[in-house]
Amino acid sequence: MERIELTYPATEKLQHKALAGVVGSGDLEAMFIPHQEKMLKIIIKTSVDGSKHRWQNLFNRFASLHALPMGTLEINDFASTPGVAKLRIEQVFEEANYA
Amino acid sequence: MPNRDMSFIELSARERARRILDQGSFRELLDPFEKITSPWLEPQGIVPEFDDGMVVAKGKFNGKPTVIIAIEGVFQGGSMGEVSGAKMAAALELAAEDNRSGIATQALLLFETGGVRLQEANLGLAAIADIHSAIVDLRRYVPVIGITAGTVGCFGGMSIAAGLCSYLVVTREARLGLNGPQVIEQEAGIEEYNSRDRPFIWSMTGGEVRYKNGFADIIVKDSVNDVKTAIIQCMNKGLPDTLRSDDYDYYLQKLNAIDTSKQADATLVKNIFGRGDRK
Repeated sequence: MERIELTYPATEKLQHKALAGVVGSGDLEAMFIPHQEKMLKIIIKTSVDGSKHRWQNLFNRFASLHALPMGTLEINDFASTPGVAKLRIEQVFEEANYA
Repeated sequence: MPNRDMSFIELSARERARRILDQGSFRELLDPFEKITSPWLEPQGIVPEFDDGMVVAKGKFNGKPTVIIAIEGVFQGGSMGEVSGAKMAAALELAAEDNRSGIATQALLLFETGGVRLQEANLGLAAIADIHSAIVDLRRYVPVIGITAGTVGCFGGMSIAAGLCSYLVVTREARLGLNGPQVIEQEAGIEEYNSRDRPFIWSMTGGEVRYKNGFADIIVKDSVNDVKTAIIQCMNKGLPDTLRSDDYDYYLQKLNAIDTSKQADATLVKNIFGRGDRK
């Protein structure tokens, strides 16, 4: 298991806390809790060792496409592929917007 | 929009609980945002889950106060750890307290579990013992209804918890057994029990055969609406006249009559326990 922390500048304001997914094989759970600081703090616990670079790439790409939300995003990952991870992260941000 | 039906098995534990309770009544206790996770998994290099794989919610079912406890089978095989076990045990104990104070709280247990979480060993086993005691206490006041839908099924100490319930609802996809197939194969050999022979496994421990042999009370399709209908049927029956777990004379006599020199198979089990009235 590996713990990874990443921080990105963020501007988007989301109103609600939200949770998406479960910690099952090939899946992850993502929890978003909004705050007032202009940054997105990401804490990942993953069963895949040596995957920091891949998570960085995923969030770099995310940041290049969307304005990131202000808050903390905690991920418990059980070997999800980048595709599944991207869907879950989009899901939790969307639910934090509408919940 | 009409009340469209959907698969029950494909839902997560939280969605199962939410969809069984009356619409809008779901209120989770110790929800994932409280982050009460297992203190034992991370030191052993295992990723935790925010709710430790246990969803406890209060709400209404058919208009009556209900506590629903749902195990998330996808997280660590629905295994019972210190935290997840304590959540279930405490919820059952509080439901019994409610009943003693005149609030008739019904209890629904969604079993999707391989039993104790090996990484938490005795703490998980102690929690399972608490759960057993709590079910035995609570079932004096209200029917305690267990549901095992699959795909994990219900094994280990939690199969005893399922056996202690006033009523048990299963699907064809579910399995119910004290030892899981791999454990039996490891202990008794592949000739005795081949854990990869799925038709054989389901012929011995599958929901359908468990129903036909009287170890479950209702068999339902994989459907949210059918599960809810089955729960209503159980609740309407009220407290059962005889509890399966009180019927030990009947079962002991059957067990003592088994010729263990012969390889057990589905026909043998049917001949011993089969209920002719259940096709």
